[in-house]
Formats: sequence, structure tokens, C-alpha cells
Amino acid sequence: MKYGTEIVLLSLFAFAAFVAAGFGVDGPFRQHMWVLFFAVAGFTAILLRNSDFKAAAPIDPDAYMDGPIRYGAIATVFWGVVGMLVGVIIALQLAFPDLNIPPWFNFGRLRPLHTSGVVFAFGGNALICTSLYVVQRTCRARLFGGSFAWFVFWGYQLFIVMAATGYLLGITESREYAEPEWYVDIWLTIVWVAYLLLFLGTILKRKEPHIYVANWFYLSFIVTIAMLHVVNNLSMPASFLGSKSYSAFSGVQDALTQWWYGHNAVGFFLTAGFLGMMYYFVPKQVNRPVYSYRLSIIHFWALIFLYIWAGPHHLHYTALPDWAQTLGMVFSIMLWMPSWGGMINGLMTLSGAWDKIRTDPIVRMMVAAIAFYGMSTFEGPMMSIKTVNSLSHYTDWTIGHVHSGALGWVGLITFGAIYYMVPKLWNRERLYSLRLVTWHFWLATLGIVVYAAVMWVSGIMQGLMWREYDEQGFLVYSFAETVAAMHPYYVMRAAGGAMYLAGMLVMAWNVTMTIRGYQRKEQPLPGSVPALQPAE
Amino acid sequence: MDYNLMREFADSWGLLAMAVFFVGCIAFALRPGGKTHGDHAAKIPLKDD
Repeated sequence: MKYGTEIVLLSLFAFAAFVAAGFGVDGPFRQHMWVLFFAVAGFTAILLRNSDFKAAAPIDPDAYMDGPIRYGAIATVFWGVVGMLVGVIIALQLAFPDLNIPPWFNFGRLRPLHTSGVVFAFGGNALICTSLYVVQRTCRARLFGGSFAWFVFWGYQLFIVMAATGYLLGITESREYAEPEWYVDIWLTIVWVAYLLLFLGTILKRKEPHIYVANWFYLSFIVTIAMLHVVNNLSMPASFLGSKSYSAFSGVQDALTQWWYGHNAVGFFLTAGFLGMMYYFVPKQVNRPVYSYRLSIIHFWALIFLYIWAGPHHLHYTALPDWAQTLGMVFSIMLWMPSWGGMINGLMTLSGAWDKIRTDPIVRMMVAAIAFYGMSTFEGPMMSIKTVNSLSHYTDWTIGHVHSGALGWVGLITFGAIYYMVPKLWNRERLYSLRLVTWHFWLATLGIVVYAAVMWVSGIMQGLMWREYDEQGFLVYSFAETVAAMHPYYVMRAAGGAMYLAGMLVMAWNVTMTIRGYQRKEQPLPGSVPALQPAE
Repeated sequence: MDYNLMREFADSWGLLAMAVFFVGCIAFALRPGGKTHGDHAAKIPLKDD
């Protein structure tokens, strides 16, 4: 029977959730288990309706397995719209506090929904689906383990749903970028180990002798995230039927564990994984090999060795020992070199094909992504210097920095990869519209510029106001005065974010129409078709 | 195994092992013949579809 085992296991899973909903020791846990029950039971019902007793069609062991990748591409676009929409909402909540709707839609609950939504739901789905796309095509092997990839895809969606609904119900571990409670963490661990086995198994059965560098970056991302996730979430539940747990660490050790996790989530999730994307999709889109393969290997090892030590720069001027703060700062500054080496390698891949920046909006998007990678990896080490950090820390400057990396680098390289993959995955001749890609590019780029510039002004103003004192040594401004001064910048920031979201909606339309098989009748972009020369 | 013991190990042999491994990786990438090998490897994504 088609899906027979799956249906039995999922029914048992739904029953367990049902029991936990009945016996849970606290209200939010019971509510959360109802969410789990309805999600799993609903999914089981869909499988039942699609089940039959016909013999399964034989699977060609040499054909690539693209089903989960197609779903992943759609999930990336969907969660991108959701995560960015929540981002615009919380930006407006900061500017206009009346928009807070207690208790579920307060800023405090929506903020992790935004960060997890864009990082783990949008970025995570992008990483999973592109990594499975790239590993098959550079290893020339079908994905390992039969329907394993489907478990990884749907298991990860369940993690996202449980994390997101948990935040809204007020369930949180209060660990930044790792807010889900212990039971959701355990589920993610299971899914992530399956993902590691899927990826590693595919590499092991490869037909290409050499493991292409993009796979190294993806593998380091998967392995390191597994390690970071497990260590950071070591905790003891107060009850095995309750939503509260206590961390295994306390005090400054706990703080350092969190930022060791937090910064390497940036380093290995948002950087290494997306560099894997860069090393495959940029050469494919410009149809040229990467500028220097040896530089890419040096880039890889230097990034791996340096990034893991940079976390303490989040704890400057705290109870963390001074030597650890300095260590974090020094390693952050050393990161300049591999980051810029990688940026140069990505950009120089275009050498001899620079005209494509003008004629191909997807290449333009990728190049802008690499440029933002360079800019934010310059800004980050600079902000990690203690004297700069004494001004920038806890201000909006940090928020601006994160967004120039996240919207500029992570967002744009993902859009480029999705625009490249979607016509190939659905066997379409081309995208629905290249002109819409141009629209997306400009909406996104202008949105980032507005966002980052406004946050620089606001953050530096905030930092300067906090430290200003008069000739008698009294602080000049109260905290509330600095908040009032930031109001216009908060409004402008929301406008920048709204532009970026508008670009994302244009993408969602373009991708939907491409999947449905339409091609927009439009004038070709200037320069994209070579002008005919008269015969001599 | 207490903190001080681990700290001492990390400061000495651990540090040395990681530094040697790192330098070894770079040296291996830059070895004679590494460029030809790299140029072949760089063409892997361009070979099909």
C-alpha cells in the first residue's frame, strides 16, 4: 500500500500528541500539543486520501530526485513572504506601539517569529532544497535513502510550524535564534541528523571522484549546525509533559554558549551554507568555472577555522573574562581575509563576462549579493573592535548590520538561486518574466539601502545620546528621550522593509506563473539579445 | 578532567594540532599540480544540465 508505513507511524504520532494535549501540566503545552495533533492528523488524512493499492512505479536509480526540491523551492518563497511580512509588521509596531495586540501579537512574541521565519523557514528551506539540488548534480548521483528526503522536508516544515505557533503561545527558551522549547529542539535534532545522513549518503555514492567545493560548504553547515544546536539546547525539562526547561549552563557560561551558538548560526547557517550556493549557482548562471578553485579551498578552511572563535564579540564589556572578549575580537578581525577572499573569488568568476551584469538580471542579483557579502563582512569585524563596539553595541546599528547581511547577501543570493532553479525543476524554457526580476532587484536593493542607511543614522545617534554627559558628569538624555528621537527612523525603516517585501511578492508572482507554465509577452531586456550586424 | 586540565591541553597540543592541520590544508591546496587539479574540479558543475 502506498504510504502504508508512513500512515501507521503518523497515526501513532498524532495519538501521542493527543494524549500529551490531555495530560500536559501547563496550559500553553496543552495548546501546543493540540496544534501538533491537528497538524499531524491533517497531514495523515491527506496521505490517506492519496493512498492506493496499485503497484508502485519503478524508480530509475540514475535519475535525480527533484520532488522534495520542488516542494522546497515553493516553501522557500512561501516562508519568505510570511517572514518578511512579519518583519514589516514588527517594524511598524516599533514605530506605532498601538499596533501591539496582546497577548499573541505583541512585539515580544512576533519578533522571534520574524527572526526564525526568515532565518530558519526561508533561509533553511533555501539551504535544504539547494543543497539537495547541488549535491546530486555535482556528485552525479541520486539522493540517498529512498523517501528519506521527504522526511527531511516535511519534518523541517513541522519544526517550523511548531516553533512559530510556540512563540505566539508564549512558549520560549529565551535563547536568541534558538527560542523553541526542549521538545521542539529534540524534533529538530532528529530531522537534522536525517538531513546529515541524506547529504552524506549521497556524497558517499557519488560517481564524480572529486567532491566539489560547494558540497564542502554545505556539509560544514550541516555538521556545525548539528553541533551548535545540540550543545546550545542542553537543558532539563521541568516536566516531560510541560513546556518549561532549564539550561544546563548558568551565568556567563550560559551567555557564552548562547553567543557561540548565535554567532556561528550567522557563520555557518547564513554564511557557509549560502557560500555553497554561491559556488554552484554563480558559475552556472554565468556559465564559467569559479575564478580560482584553490582560493575556494583556502576560503573554506580559513572560514571554518576562524569563524568558530568569533562569538565572544557579542559580549564585550560584560562579565565575560577580558581575554575571551579580546580573543573574539581578534578572530573577528582575522575573518576579514577569508571573507574578502571569497568575495573576490565570487566576483572574479564573472571575468570576461562582465556584460552579463547589464544584460542578465539574475547575474545582477548574484553580484549584488556578493557585494553585500563583502560589505557586511567588512562592517562586522569593524563593529567587533571594542572601541567601536562601545558605541555600536545594543543600538540599531547592529540591526542595520544584520539586515545588510541578511537582506543583501542571504536574500539576494537565494533569489538568484531560486530564479535559476525554478525553470529547470519544472522543465520550463525560461522564467515567466525577466522584467519582473529586474523589478524585484531594484525593489530589494533600494529597500536594503533605505533600511541600512536609516539604521546607521538611528544607531549612531542612539549610541551618542546614551553616552553624552554634561560638564558636571550627569547623563544628558533619559532613555525615553532616545526612543522618541528614533521615531522618524523607525517609520523610514518600515518603508525600506516594505519595499523589500514588495520585491518578494513580485518574486512569488513570477515563480507561481513560471510553475504554471506561462510566459509573459514582453520586450526582451536591452542587450539580452545580440544586435544583428549587417553583413560586410 | 577539570577545567584547568582542558584549558592547558587546548593552549598547547590542541592549538598546535589545529595550526598544523590548517597550514597543511593550505599547503596541500598550493602544492605543485594543485592548479591543474583545481581547474578540472572547477568544471564539475558545468559538465551537465
